[in-house]
Amino acid sequence: MHWIFEPGLFSNGSVRTALVLGAMVSIVSAAVGVFTVMRGQSFAGHALTDVATAGGAGASLAGVSPLLGFIGGGIIGAGAMDAIGVQRVKGRDIATGVVLGAATGLTALFLYLVTLHSAATGSTQQILFGSVFTVEPSTVPDAAVLSVLVVAGLLVIRRPLLLSSISVELAAARGVRLRAVGVAFMAMLAVAVGLSAIVIGAILSTALLIGPPASTLKVANRFAWAMSLASVLGVLATWLGIVMAYDSYYWFPSHRGLPVSFFVVSLVVVEFAVASYVGQRRKARIIVAGHDPTKTPEQVGWV
Amino acid sequence: MSGTDLLKVEDVTVSISGRVILRDVNFRIDQGEFTGLIGSNGAGKTTLLRVILGMQEVASGRVTVRGQALTRSNRSIGYVPQKVLFEADLPIRVRDFVALGVDGHRYGVARRSRATLGLVDEMLHAVEAAEFSDRRIGSLSGGEQQRVLIAHALVSRPELLLLDEPLANLDPGNAQEIIQLLHSVATGQHVAILLSAHEMNPLLPVMDRVVYVANAQVASGTTDEVIRPDVLSTLYGHHVDVLRVHGRILVVAGENVDVGHVVPEHPPFVVE
Repeated sequence: MHWIFEPGLFSNGSVRTALVLGAMVSIVSAAVGVFTVMRGQSFAGHALTDVATAGGAGASLAGVSPLLGFIGGGIIGAGAMDAIGVQRVKGRDIATGVVLGAATGLTALFLYLVTLHSAATGSTQQILFGSVFTVEPSTVPDAAVLSVLVVAGLLVIRRPLLLSSISVELAAARGVRLRAVGVAFMAMLAVAVGLSAIVIGAILSTALLIGPPASTLKVANRFAWAMSLASVLGVLATWLGIVMAYDSYYWFPSHRGLPVSFFVVSLVVVEFAVASYVGQRRKARIIVAGHDPTKTPEQVGWV
Repeated sequence: MSGTDLLKVEDVTVSISGRVILRDVNFRIDQGEFTGLIGSNGAGKTTLLRVILGMQEVASGRVTVRGQALTRSNRSIGYVPQKVLFEADLPIRVRDFVALGVDGHRYGVARRSRATLGLVDEMLHAVEAAEFSDRRIGSLSGGEQQRVLIAHALVSRPELLLLDEPLANLDPGNAQEIIQLLHSVATGQHVAILLSAHEMNPLLPVMDRVVYVANAQVASGTTDEVIRPDVLSTLYGHHVDVLRVHGRILVVAGENVDVGHVVPEHPPFVVE
């Protein structure tokens, strides 16, 4: 086993912190992400990561906890997007684009100021692309509380949220308060993005949010399975990514480990490729199984 | 009429962005009746349905269900909207979607009761959707999807079911099946049905009453009371003829009549 788990992997405190944090964040991202993909709000989710980046850079400048900055930024961004009109399908991309642009401009300013005022190098890298090995262990309880809050909140609103994700018209006819449900969900999305930012970086947090859920929707037929599978895929990618990043320290004579985020995102992409392949195969099988012998190949559409 | 009316629409006027869509609309629907809401595209059928659902504000007039004013989420009305597009990737089975007809508006973590699941199965059988109840909703054909939407609307046991152009996009065979299904639901479960369509002929065998929309106004009653040259000419504001050919009814405008926005077609045209 030595070649998988390099010496000291599990006795290392920061690795343990990373694994615990990685699991929590992956599960929250997966749960929120399944809805995000179903609602077609992946772009909004990505814009929130950019706002979270601005928040993280601001926090670094002000010397407060990065988690606070990421989540604060995300919440403000979600509010701005809602005010501009993210709940309407037509205004959605515009609202998202405007907020995204403004946030990226702010990030540029904050990061410039950070490099100007701080002697430490690497904080830009850390904000943008994360470094889960350097997260303070004291962040874990905060992250745990936020994770539980988001998952519990999702459980409570899941049915109205699900119905409005399937069809806004049907949900409205049932009396679902679309605006309230949409705003609550955007807030949860903002928190999920902030949590994910501390593990794989603000810019890359979309990968954990969208990747495992998108893979899942290729293969899962039931909502509960989609949630579970997305969580498993997310945790798998994160844990394996952390282990590989740790191991990569020993791969090269120079003893320089590669970034965790690179491995996590690569694994997410591999999962997506496999899921797409399995989904295609299954679809093909269903068509064959559904072959009606009374119909000619022309009628079935094979020729 | 008496106080047994299920739905009463009284003097309803609706204007959207300054344009009058419906003017002084009056009609009623009795318990268990099958009513066709007939009119050409853009005549205001969807707006009228949205008024009844409480999703569209009225400028004046009122709508009552069993004598009660409308609430925003009226449990006694089920709705099948036009053009529901299910994404292919949704991880939702048919039976899960139908169950959301019971609890899709509810918050909380309670699991579905055995009674709810039983009701869902019962509805799936009633609309003949049991055999594909474990498939994804995004994988259904047009006719299958229509059945599932009907089950979703019926599972909360409404007294009135509104359907917006459920026959558009269906081939004639599928349309006939849906009509028969709705007819048996209306009689079997004692649900009143208000179904909008731009083509009335497929509905003639099952329709108890017709609400005919044209020119932002409606005429209502039995087919024989409404689909007459004098009634429809008044409604359209110009002369129209009603032809009965091989059991079909054709509403035909005379030549060189300015019919405004109603149906721009080659004269003589068929409104149906």
